[in-house]
Amino acid sequence: MRIPLGALLGLFFTALFFAMAIFASWIAPYGMAEVVGDVWEPPSDKFMLGTDSIGRDLLSRMIYGGQTTIFIATAATVLSFTLGSVLGFFAAVSGGWVDQSLSRFVDLIMSIPSLIFALVVLSVMPTTVPILILLMGLLDSTRVYRLARAVAVDITVMDYVEAARLRGEKIVWIIFRETLPNALSPLVAEMGLRFIFAVLFVSTLSFLGLGVQPPQADWGGIVKENKEGINYGIQAALYPAYAIATLCISINLVADWVLNRTTSLKGGRG
Amino acid sequence: MTEPLLKVRGLKIGATIYPQGERPREIEIVHGVDFDLAPGKVLGLIGESGAGKSTIGLASMAYGRGGVEITGGEVWVNGRDILKSGLKDVRSLRGAEVTYVSQSAAASFNPAKQIMEQVTEAAIFQGKFSRSKAEERAVALFRKLGLPDPENIGARYPHQVSGGQLQRCMTALALCPEPDLVVFDEPTTALDVTTQIDVLKAIKDAIKDTGVAALYITHDLAVVAQVSDHIMVLQQGATVEYGTTDQIINHPREPYTKALVSVRSIQHEEKQPTDTPILRVEGVTARYKGTSFDVLKDINVEMYAGQTLAVVGESGSGKSTLARVITGLLPPSAGKINFDGRTLTPDLATRPLNDLRELQMIYQMADTAMNPRQTVGTIIGRPLEFYFGLKGAEKQKRIQELLDEIELGKGFQDRYPAELSGGQKQRVCIARALAAKPKLIICDEVTSALDPLVADGILKLLLNLQKIEDVAYLFITHDLATVRAIADSIAVMYQGSVVRYGSKSKVLSPPFDDYTDLLLSSVPEMKLGWLEDVIANRKMASAGN
Repeated sequence: MRIPLGALLGLFFTALFFAMAIFASWIAPYGMAEVVGDVWEPPSDKFMLGTDSIGRDLLSRMIYGGQTTIFIATAATVLSFTLGSVLGFFAAVSGGWVDQSLSRFVDLIMSIPSLIFALVVLSVMPTTVPILILLMGLLDSTRVYRLARAVAVDITVMDYVEAARLRGEKIVWIIFRETLPNALSPLVAEMGLRFIFAVLFVSTLSFLGLGVQPPQADWGGIVKENKEGINYGIQAALYPAYAIATLCISINLVADWVLNRTTSLKGGRG
Repeated sequence: MTEPLLKVRGLKIGATIYPQGERPREIEIVHGVDFDLAPGKVLGLIGESGAGKSTIGLASMAYGRGGVEITGGEVWVNGRDILKSGLKDVRSLRGAEVTYVSQSAAASFNPAKQIMEQVTEAAIFQGKFSRSKAEERAVALFRKLGLPDPENIGARYPHQVSGGQLQRCMTALALCPEPDLVVFDEPTTALDVTTQIDVLKAIKDAIKDTGVAALYITHDLAVVAQVSDHIMVLQQGATVEYGTTDQIINHPREPYTKALVSVRSIQHEEKQPTDTPILRVEGVTARYKGTSFDVLKDINVEMYAGQTLAVVGESGSGKSTLARVITGLLPPSAGKINFDGRTLTPDLATRPLNDLRELQMIYQMADTAMNPRQTVGTIIGRPLEFYFGLKGAEKQKRIQELLDEIELGKGFQDRYPAELSGGQKQRVCIARALAAKPKLIICDEVTSALDPLVADGILKLLLNLQKIEDVAYLFITHDLATVRAIADSIAVMYQGSVVRYGSKSKVLSPPFDDYTDLLLSSVPEMKLGWLEDVIANRKMASAGN
């Protein structure tokens, strides 16, 4: 199997980010909340990226922040995809009032801007990581539901689904064996994008002060803490942006490659 | 001999294919074809799908469709080699000297513009006629092609006329700029058989009256025999035989041509009704949800174990709806269905598993009837596992037995549907139906998407399987040649009712009712002059006019 260059590059960076997130406590040169230097020290041998607004090592903060951000985004994406696609397929295969009531409920949720919705919920709920994951997962699952349903509606009118119904197959078989394998390509493509949206969303929440709470680090929080530095030409607030951009591109390179493999109707063997 | 209008020499056409995980590579799809076409003559190009006939037709306009490239040879139109001409010359040729009629008029017309605008567009654009002149000519063509209300039909939009009329509008479109050559690409293939005959006649008369030359592309030898002067038989991008229509039809030389001419020669001895009806449809009336129109009106038919009932009719006659009612996909609003001595529940969801097993279905499009993500082994194996609980080696053995029965043999279990040819796909669908050990299989137009020779093989297989498995077929088709080949009894459907029903010999022998007469006489026969005879002798004008 030959892996194209783009996918290799994407795989490398994605793996790098995830490895850093998983092994954060071994890789980071300093503790997450440890004050080790002066305020906004420039990059040096001691602090590769310099220090932040109260003198913590920025590289360590970035690594720990990556851990939090990537963990929350991954968990939220997994939740939204499982929930959204299963419900979407269920609605499409069932049709009738099941489809109608689910779809209209989702429309209702989607009609409220998700950031506002999240802000309202977070202002009454305690801001913990599980709550954040649950909230983001549920909100995003409405988008996944829409896509999954639209794709599945096209699939359920195919003759092979009718053949399965005529055979007497149960709804679980129709969803998981007839529909899902054929809906995978658009879902994989969407997943790459949705993961990045989740990263941005959790960063936005943290930037607004409603996401991950200090002293725990996350990329949005780092921007918030260091935003004043931009006035003095300190790059600290920009590093999370670089990280998010790199992660975004590499994840999508990988998703593209997976997509190419899954669209093959010959089992990927030519 | 006068200089030919179209002279093709050593035409080679290539395409680039992109195999997964490999470098793109060039393949040749037409390997050096030669032919001449004199002014006012018609050449029929005939072959199976993939023979390169449409590609050759388009090459005579110096055009290669989607990724197809003309790689060699010469195409002379009116004395100049258009493959060597610049784009500007070619542009002045298309739509002026050479025009094109495509297979699906419905997909080719712009639905947002009136017919007249589209019919006259090329003639005006090429500066052949002024707008008023072009419209005058279009109306004359509409009249010549037998379209109703020729003065005003141009003001309609494409969706406001029927399929057969639209195909004739497209012929008018092609003839409007007074071209020297028209390329007809399967112009009647998408039409019902009774509509086809009128369109065919209209095209033939229009060609004769305007003195235009034509390339007529089709897969149906009987159709091309009616309109062309010469026929060229193509197979996989190479000429098999080239001769006058009379010679090809009456004295074919090559084995492949002989096979094409004698296709549908299956002889099937009609079986007598027994006293064990397998299926009895009693007074079934049905309509689709949210409509107030009965698609089926009081249908009564009966069929016997191990025999074949053919349901014949045009599109829209309700024959596929009948299948949906029998399978329980559409519960009838009145009447009941008696299967093997018991009454079936109207709705699929309430039927016991055994009823579902004994009533199987085969679809027209084998492509969409199989899940593209499952291997042949999974597709055939699922009913075995589902109905009989077969697992492991036992299941594998049975799958292989079924594959042998459909004459596919070893090495197919792990293939995906995309790795099969059209005929093989339909065979796998047959095996899937057989796997359930059914008593009745509903075959919904199972051969109409296949090339004639492949379809022949499928019909032979079905007949053979009927002998071995003693299964009954409810065979839905619009093709009377197929019916003759396999039916024991026949029901003719027209606008939701059965207009004629009985044993094959009874239904197919006179006296006929008007509709059956029209239907029977509309099936193209491989005989010169057939078209004129039929038009002169029939009792009823076809629908869609």
